[in-house]
Amino acid sequence: MSDCYATQGHDSLNQYILHLADNPLVLGQRLCELCTHAPILEEETALMNTSLDLFGQARNWLDYAVARNPQLGDCDALAMGRDERHFLNLLLCEQGNGNFADTMARQYLFDVWHRLTLQALCLSQDSQIAAIAAKSIKEVDYHEQRSRNWVIRLGDGTQQSHDYMQSAINELWSYSDELFVQGDDELQLVAQGIAANQSSIEVQWRATVSQTMAEATLTLPTDCFQKFGGKQGEHSEPFGLMLAEMQSLYRAHPGAVW
Amino acid sequence: MNKTDWPLYEVFIRSRHGLSHKHVGSVHAADETMAMENARELYTRRNEGTSIWVVDSNAICASAPEQKDAMFTSPVEKIYRHPSFYQLPASVDKM
Repeated sequence: MSDCYATQGHDSLNQYILHLADNPLVLGQRLCELCTHAPILEEETALMNTSLDLFGQARNWLDYAVARNPQLGDCDALAMGRDERHFLNLLLCEQGNGNFADTMARQYLFDVWHRLTLQALCLSQDSQIAAIAAKSIKEVDYHEQRSRNWVIRLGDGTQQSHDYMQSAINELWSYSDELFVQGDDELQLVAQGIAANQSSIEVQWRATVSQTMAEATLTLPTDCFQKFGGKQGEHSEPFGLMLAEMQSLYRAHPGAVW
Repeated sequence: MNKTDWPLYEVFIRSRHGLSHKHVGSVHAADETMAMENARELYTRRNEGTSIWVVDSNAICASAPEQKDAMFTSPVEKIYRHPSFYQLPASVDKM
């Protein structure tokens, strides 16, 4: 991982911070795409509130990356000026919105991982990481509560809603193993007490998700082909399109303010 | 269930400790849990509340507009029900 394309110009801690930033940034952008397309007005506001929470968190992480390395410019330059290969988010976060079950399944699988990771980061030896994690976790607690309710509501709903949610879980399960993969650089940060240890998070994540799936009368896929690469900057094709839309204004008018 | 079938819930928010809950609006939701979440999303996003009540709109018994006269006009003439016939001490002047 240390010689991958995405690491150029960043030390391993900054690379980790960018990973923590890019997850909420990319998922926030995906949720944004649903603006004016949500099934009901109340859900519309809820989705956009979640999106804005995630952008706020991404901003805190990016600001910290810039504070550690002022040569990076500012948080806008990092969010809007980096190319696809420099984004270190999990593949799960960049998956398309699909139908509402797809959106909420993606949200739930990420929310559980996000909460567990932030919980671990609250104890980080890096005080700024611990502070940002502590600030974010209250929001993420609520995100998880809401997405969990939707997974159960649709899974244990009508036959049709059950089928939609089951196929969403089946589809997204391909991105579940990547949540817990850590390269050598990140493992060194774990050893220093800075980064979260994903092997203990994996145990908790699987237990939590299994319990919810049981409650939602859903079945966990087995023998699912697993995809990796997001954390190394290797993304799926639709990600480039998403990024092009997200960055077009900034790239057309660099430094514009309003 | 079609989304148009979702019942309406009335939302009450208490903005600060010591104040009472105030009616702020309504939300559509499939049940009480969702009504609570939707109320939180719509009515407390600018730090408005410390407590939320949601009540099924059907559970509210409302006075009928056509009974307005019978219900409310009589007290208008009963000025003796207002404490306006004696001097208040200066310290409670704002009452």
